[in-house]
Amino acid sequence: MTPAAELLLEGREVTKTFGGLAALSDVSLTIRRGEIYGLIGPNGAGKTSLFNCLTGLYRPDGGEFLLEGKSLAGLKPHAVANRGIARTFQNIRLFANMTALENVMVGRHARSRTGVLGAILRTPGARAEEAAIREHAQRLLAYVGLERQSGSLAKELPYGDQRRLEIARALATEPKLLALDEPAAGMNATETAAMRALMTRIRDDGVTLLLIEHDVALVMGLCDRVAVLDYGRKIAEGTPAEVQGNPAVIEAYLGAGMAA
Amino acid sequence: MLSLLPESLRHDRRLVWATYAGLALLLCLLPFLVDAGMGRTWVRILDFALLYVMLALGLNIVVGFAGLLDLGYVAFYAVGAYLYAILASPHFGLHLPFWVLLPLGAAIAGLFGMLLGAPTLRLRGDYLAIVTLGFGEIIRIFLNNLNAPVNITNGPQGINLIDPIQVAGLPLSKGLDLGILTLSGVHAHYYLFLTLTLLTIFIALRLQDSRIGRAWVAIREDEVAAVAMGINTRNIKLLAFAMGAMFGGVGGGLFSAFQGFVSPESFTLMESIMILSMVVLGGMGHIPGVILGAVALTLLPELLRYIGPLQQSLFGRVAVDPSDLRMLLFGMGLVLVMLFRPEGLWPSPKRARELHPDSPDVSRQEQEDLYDASR
Amino acid sequence: MDILLQQIINGLILGSLYALVALGYTMVYGILELINFAHGEIVMVGALVALAVLAGLAGTGLPGPVMLVIATLVAMAVCMVAGLLIERIAYRPLRTAPRLAPLITAIGVSIVLQNLAMIIWGRQYIAFPPILDIQIYELAGATITNIQLLIVAVATLGMIGLVLLVNRSRLGRAMRATAQNRDVAGLMGVDVNRVIAATFVIGSALGAVAGVLISAYYGIGHYAMGFILGLKAFTAAVLGGIGNIPGAVLGGLLLGIIESLGAGYIGDLTGGFLGSHYQDIFAFFILILVLIFRPSGLLGEQVADRA
Repeated sequence: MTPAAELLLEGREVTKTFGGLAALSDVSLTIRRGEIYGLIGPNGAGKTSLFNCLTGLYRPDGGEFLLEGKSLAGLKPHAVANRGIARTFQNIRLFANMTALENVMVGRHARSRTGVLGAILRTPGARAEEAAIREHAQRLLAYVGLERQSGSLAKELPYGDQRRLEIARALATEPKLLALDEPAAGMNATETAAMRALMTRIRDDGVTLLLIEHDVALVMGLCDRVAVLDYGRKIAEGTPAEVQGNPAVIEAYLGAGMAA
Repeated sequence: MLSLLPESLRHDRRLVWATYAGLALLLCLLPFLVDAGMGRTWVRILDFALLYVMLALGLNIVVGFAGLLDLGYVAFYAVGAYLYAILASPHFGLHLPFWVLLPLGAAIAGLFGMLLGAPTLRLRGDYLAIVTLGFGEIIRIFLNNLNAPVNITNGPQGINLIDPIQVAGLPLSKGLDLGILTLSGVHAHYYLFLTLTLLTIFIALRLQDSRIGRAWVAIREDEVAAVAMGINTRNIKLLAFAMGAMFGGVGGGLFSAFQGFVSPESFTLMESIMILSMVVLGGMGHIPGVILGAVALTLLPELLRYIGPLQQSLFGRVAVDPSDLRMLLFGMGLVLVMLFRPEGLWPSPKRARELHPDSPDVSRQEQEDLYDASR
Repeated sequence: MDILLQQIINGLILGSLYALVALGYTMVYGILELINFAHGEIVMVGALVALAVLAGLAGTGLPGPVMLVIATLVAMAVCMVAGLLIERIAYRPLRTAPRLAPLITAIGVSIVLQNLAMIIWGRQYIAFPPILDIQIYELAGATITNIQLLIVAVATLGMIGLVLLVNRSRLGRAMRATAQNRDVAGLMGVDVNRVIAATFVIGSALGAVAGVLISAYYGIGHYAMGFILGLKAFTAAVLGGIGNIPGAVLGGLLLGIIESLGAGYIGDLTGGFLGSHYQDIFAFFILILVLIFRPSGLLGEQVADRA
């Protein structure tokens, strides 16, 4: 049994259908505070759909998510972000024509308050907040190793830097849970190792990680626990070792007849 | 403020100061120079140019910053103008002063901005444009027809004899006698409009470099990512509509007081398109570009009047009426600019690169909208 | 009751005209996701060209219907060329640009066409010559003319022809493929440029026919007739489901009936507060309501969103 205090995120029988297609069927999972939790499965298994339901982009047709015991049902995406869940996207969604620094500064939006009046009048409070936003953003860029690219436009950054920028931006929202959608996609071994080090560091600094990944070696080496989805259903959950030997998992990836 | 100067000049403090001082001097003397060189009509045109700068900067917040394609901006201009006309003319016998009416116009227009923006929040580019166009037309039709059973707008005849702006009890339309010099009506209005335009530019710059301004641009760049970062896109978009509309409302009030007469004819779709063109052709989102666009598009049509005499001297007769040519050339201009320089005359350095994509990625990302249909 | 039936008949006629024009909008949007603002002006050009031809043929002694056919053919030819040129010059270069650019260009083309027409044909209303014998038929207390029947017939033929083309012909298959996924269609050997050009040509031809019929029905042509008509036809296309051909027809007919009934009864409905000159607002309100509540239209598919 997981003591309630350790439980950060709980998914209860989350279901999502599109027309006749069940993208998710009764998916339940629990993520403990401070762990790195992996979500794997063949393509089309529903992993990104789960992310979208979690972050409020989709409204589930059944079930719900609870963050620290409080339901996220019906919350709009920005409210979910305010509660403390940040994400990155499979296809990288940066603000292409803003600089790296500006991208991360936008991430601070949820934790700042200056409105139109403050903007126009530049009250001392507004100026202080703006300076704090800028400073926080610069710190985060340094944290992910992009301090020298702060003035570059996001669309001009190389691929690996873009992935890291997206993470920095998500971290700017001060999340409790950081959901990463294939952060190591398209990376070679060196870049993947660097990404792994970054993710470990983020976890060590107090942010819980939820991770969709196809790089099995990465997932197995990094994650504390893993859930496997196939055709919208969770077919296994446990430590990487437990999951690796699970016949249902092997069958899902390699087809029937290969399971021991 | 430094952002208005090109990169290369920014660092020499004395040069910066000299430029600004020179600019200030030019702006103060401008009406007199124009009057002497080109005649009083052109001072009046100058006044209108300033008015359009205010309007274009307002629309720039909606279209340039937030990326919301508004084809019905003239509605807010109309609301401000008619509000002023109704409350400061013989129409109902009310004569409220301008320092009440302009803020009131801004507030009411802002309210309309939110009302008309609210239904559009989930719409994508083209559809948003059409709906806002529809709203603009609806407002115009109402203005044209709200003369029965209760005569609110006086229908197609419009409202005239609108009170001019009064400074210290003296109507500006008659000009000001300052002792050492006398300002005519159009000169006096120039200084008033100039002050308000500078204020508008100031506000626009402040908004651009702020948390709200960043949020607007984030929404323009990628609404899905913006919302995932905690930006309440609904409220921020409404804020863009409201702020843009407020600028329009003030512009409308000034127009009423300046012109002394309003009718639905001044608030057509063509006017919306014209203001949008000022923003787009000037350099969308880039404040100096928008100012340039507004000035250019106010002055150029006036310059076209000279085509008549030009044709006369070239061909011996006027083959095409200049006023017919104006719109034709404008339409061609729109097409040509979009084909060859879509980023506008004076784009922000970032934007220029965006609109000459080496890859189709820009439009592709636009097409990958992600919003649950049931939301 | 008589009035109701008459209003409905009038609405169906109006709707058929809207439908013919809406087909052009819906086809282009289906393939390019572009609102071809200039389409309404193409209809106008068709009408004015036909009127010019008829004026030229006056006094030749040809029978009325023959003159009409000649005028229509000429109008179609001119409009097809115009549509082709517009696509080639103004829209094709902007296919990969962000959506704002083609939209502004379309507005620009619309303005150019309208003002060219004004320069060429002047600002006055141009009368449709009395070359056709009007036959009036009685139908359960309401009247319907032969011209109105012609309109319905032509619109029906147009729709049937287009549906057959899109669903049964090779070109139609290519059009559907291009609408679904332009790049992959190209990879499969479809000449995307030719398909898009064909779409514009067909749409413009239908628009020309609509223009002729409109000027015959209302008896006049005018350089500014295209704008509001275009907006309303676009509304019809959206109402039925943009990109959907039967939808354009359904939308057109519905819009026509709503406008007709609305104009007839609005005085009663609002206790005299709003008069029939608010008629144009109906189309706008419908447009706004549809786009807000059911953007896919009546017959359109709900688009499922992907991550």
